[in-house]
Amino acid sequence: MCADHPPQPETSRRHAIEIFLGGGILASLASFIYPVLRFFVPPAVVDLGGDEVVAAKSVEMKPNSGKIFRFGSRPGLLIMNNDGTYRALSATCTHLGCTVQYRSDLREIWCACHNGTYDLNGRNVSGPPPRPLDVFDVHLRGEEIVVSRKREA
Amino acid sequence: MIATLVRWFDERLHLDDLIAPLRHKTVPTHRLSYWYFFGGITLFLFVIQVLTGILLLLYYRPGANEAFESVQYIMTRVQFGWLIRSIHSWSANLMIFTAFIHMFSVVFLKAYRKPRELTWVTGMLLLFLVMGFGFSGYLLPWNTLAFFATKVGTEIAGQIPIIGKPMMIFLRGGEEVTGATLTRFFGFHVAVLPGIVTVLIAVHLFLVQRLGMSVPPKLEAEWTANPSARREMKFFPNFALRELMAWYVAIGALGALAAMFPWNLGVKADPFISAPAGIKPEWYFLFMFQTLKLIPSKVWFVDGEVLGVLGCSLAGLLWMMLPFFESDKAPRTKVWITGLSIFALFYVIGMTIYGFLAN
Repeated sequence: MCADHPPQPETSRRHAIEIFLGGGILASLASFIYPVLRFFVPPAVVDLGGDEVVAAKSVEMKPNSGKIFRFGSRPGLLIMNNDGTYRALSATCTHLGCTVQYRSDLREIWCACHNGTYDLNGRNVSGPPPRPLDVFDVHLRGEEIVVSRKREA
Repeated sequence: MIATLVRWFDERLHLDDLIAPLRHKTVPTHRLSYWYFFGGITLFLFVIQVLTGILLLLYYRPGANEAFESVQYIMTRVQFGWLIRSIHSWSANLMIFTAFIHMFSVVFLKAYRKPRELTWVTGMLLLFLVMGFGFSGYLLPWNTLAFFATKVGTEIAGQIPIIGKPMMIFLRGGEEVTGATLTRFFGFHVAVLPGIVTVLIAVHLFLVQRLGMSVPPKLEAEWTANPSARREMKFFPNFALRELMAWYVAIGALGALAAMFPWNLGVKADPFISAPAGIKPEWYFLFMFQTLKLIPSKVWFVDGEVLGVLGCSLAGLLWMMLPFFESDKAPRTKVWITGLSIFALFYVIGMTIYGFLAN
């Protein structure tokens, strides 16, 4: 600001009013929009699944077959091999999230959406899937086949 | 930058022609001009209803087993959910209130006279539909009060001779108020009514634009006799900015009410419990409710209820026809209509207060 030309009181007053008015309007808009943006965010769903689930009863399973079970809020795939051993994996395809299935004719895990295949260890062997499926631990507790998340070593 | 964009659109769509009427539009200035604000405030509250209604739809689930729980979820788990729902409820009530003020101000300023009969008729239809919004939306949280209000309200509709019973079954989606009723009311509330109301608002606003603002008859006569006494302000920006201020005050009042007096959810509806004591409809139905209560169960040989329902319907219909009873010679008005209007206003206010105080 130059000392020779002090600002006109009219313009500076107008300027101050503009700042107050504009600031007030912006503050109001922010107070309207902020709650709305927070409202959009869905509250986190409590995962009731825990780390362990009974996937099936051993009498339900036949050799060379698969069964989808609920693991928390997501599906898991339980497979009984010909030798009577079990395997459990995440059933969510790593490509675009479809639910995979066990193909007893191919002895592979197959995703119908985009023809992705995984071997029985969950490795992505052909098609678009970018990553292997997560593998879970399986143990028997009497009749029950219990699946649990792999403990990090 | 903005100027370039505006020019781009203007070159193609000739927006200038479209907004030209708005630029030339004027609003008469006189000591009663502030009553002109209430239509705009009602419209503003309607817009808030649409926006908050869409937000509530993100989480609301219709259905007897889920509705109450989903509203509870909105109010307790979703961030600011209590505020959004509270604003929706408060704004609904304020909207009906300002619509009534708007209606009575039009009556007393005689703004319904020729050539504005159709503006009045569309306005009355909008008022009825807005009350329909209130009635259908009231059920959606599926709480005890809503359940009985709907039971009584649809039962009243069922009193009308011949068409009443089928209408009640249509509204309820069966003989009783059940989850089927909730599904229907949800459909009316979020699809049917918004569609009709949006079209009617468009017609109403078009008519207001087309015919300009009415001036009270006494003033109109004065201004015709002495044209230099005529006072007007430009709609844009003079009146528009004033209206904007009114909206700002409205949203301030709305926010304060919603935050300080959050709307209750009540208790989940159960068809197999008794109606709670002192149950009353929403305040905007109270004057009709109280009227029905005062009519004896038998008048001569006619059922009191039937008489009341028919009377109220007939009164509503005649009220909607009000402009057609008025003198169509410009500044003249009929005195008995003014008398009747004052009676109507005091009847509605009086019966509402009586309804609140009565047990």
